[in-house]
Amino acid sequence: MSARTGKVWSLLGRGRRRRSKGDGAALARGSSLGLGVATIWLSLLVMLPLAAVVIKGTGNGWTGFWDALSNPSTAAALRLTVSQAFLVTAVNVVLGTVVAWVLVRDEFPGKGLIDLVIDVPFALPTIVAGLVLLSLYGPDSPLNLQFANTRVGIFIALLFVTVPFVVRAVQPVLLELDRDVEEAAASLGADRFTIFRRVVFPNLIPAIAAGTALAFARAVSEYGSLVLISGNLPFKTEVAAVRILSLNENDNPAGAAAVATVLLFVAVVTLLAIDGLRRWAVRRG
Amino acid sequence: MQYLLRFVAVGYIGLLILVPLFVVAQKTFENGASKVWEALTDETMVHAFQVTAYAAAHAVVINTVFGVGVSILLVRYRFPGRRLLSLLVDLPLSVSPIVAGLALVFVYGRTGWFGPALDSLGYQVIFAFPGIVLATVFVSLPLVVREIVPVLEEIGTEQEQAATILGANAFQTFHRITLPSIKWAVAYGVVLALARSLGEFGAVKVVTAGGVAGRTQTVTSLVEQRYGEFDELSAYSASLVLAAASILCLVVITIIRPASDKKSSDKKK
Repeated sequence: MSARTGKVWSLLGRGRRRRSKGDGAALARGSSLGLGVATIWLSLLVMLPLAAVVIKGTGNGWTGFWDALSNPSTAAALRLTVSQAFLVTAVNVVLGTVVAWVLVRDEFPGKGLIDLVIDVPFALPTIVAGLVLLSLYGPDSPLNLQFANTRVGIFIALLFVTVPFVVRAVQPVLLELDRDVEEAAASLGADRFTIFRRVVFPNLIPAIAAGTALAFARAVSEYGSLVLISGNLPFKTEVAAVRILSLNENDNPAGAAAVATVLLFVAVVTLLAIDGLRRWAVRRG
Repeated sequence: MQYLLRFVAVGYIGLLILVPLFVVAQKTFENGASKVWEALTDETMVHAFQVTAYAAAHAVVINTVFGVGVSILLVRYRFPGRRLLSLLVDLPLSVSPIVAGLALVFVYGRTGWFGPALDSLGYQVIFAFPGIVLATVFVSLPLVVREIVPVLEEIGTEQEQAATILGANAFQTFHRITLPSIKWAVAYGVVLALARSLGEFGAVKVVTAGGVAGRTQTVTSLVEQRYGEFDELSAYSASLVLAAASILCLVVITIIRPASDKKSSDKKK
């Protein structure tokens, strides 16, 4: 149904591009003007502000930057964020692929609903996501599960917000995959697991990797869905984004900027990695 | 094996997403619908919805105009710095909203780079509406562009060139050839951007310092504040409206998507 829903991950390009070099015109007068306007707007909105973060974060030199990050509470927040992001990403790789597989290869009543629901975490406001999870796992949980103010709560909230990434990256690739090769493998006596491992999985690797990168970036940068459920206890459940905010509110903008620089770095590396993956997938055909 | 996978997939999505949504709806209406209506018509609540709607409307319009223009630049032209431009457009998607908000404060805040200059001109950006709009535009920036770019790449330039050869000017070519073929992608991007704008929390919270109730407070900030004040009814009611809006956006997208897919597969024939 809506396999391409949430095409934010069309960052992937899905290897279908037919662009050849030399396609695309040089700039004429009108389009130069457009480019100028676009550049100014992007500079004012994105480039200058993000540059300001980096400049403020590294304003006291490497030692200042390092000191800010090795502040015990900040270091704990960064460690917690990165370790939770790795955990959540690992779960996503496996279960995201399973969900994509089931949505493409299986037929059952209610499949359309599941397909629609996958995108809910993407569209749902993060604070609402936090409240939603808190109502289920919070103080008066109907399941009698108490995950508020714990790391389990953080883990579940991050799982919730990162669900769509791997699923939506893998789904379109699975849809376009040629079934003939799998049938050939089956006729040659390969069992289903071998077919998946040797035939299907290698085709999915770029998509899984790209979805994974997006999920990891999202998990590292998440704020809204965590603020209610995590309780923001320093050394225990305070994540990097919350730490930035509390540093900034406690009149330590340089410290906040240093942590923000780290998160920004993760974001840029993620995008470059995805861009590299896309190029690689296109080259491989 | 098939049933096991199906069970795992449905169970995972159901437990993680469907059940919690259901519980929120249930909790909201615990004390009856009239209480919910009372909470929703509260003066500061109505104002918060107005602020959110105002910011989202501005952000969507700005991002649509910008998105169409930048997509055409990125796909149809080759110029130095094109990849950098593309990276800058994508960046807001993976940057933490908190970092986004902080970045805007560093530049447009009272002590920021442009703050004093803007101040002397009588403009206040941070802690005011322009800041809310800037933050909202920032976080929803890539959504429209990323929808249009693949479609523009797919349709190629033949028809546009034909139109130009037949004497159409740039505006006519855009209006009669390019726009009709990307209109579904634009619509899709607009809905995505709208959903994102309505729900933005982190970046807006930083640029408004949580917002002043009845002035610069958005619905998402209000949810956090009310929950903190143990006014669960207001928090849940407002959340339910936001959730309904975002699910409505998703449904609209699911309806638009097949239409646009059909369109592009017709083109290929």
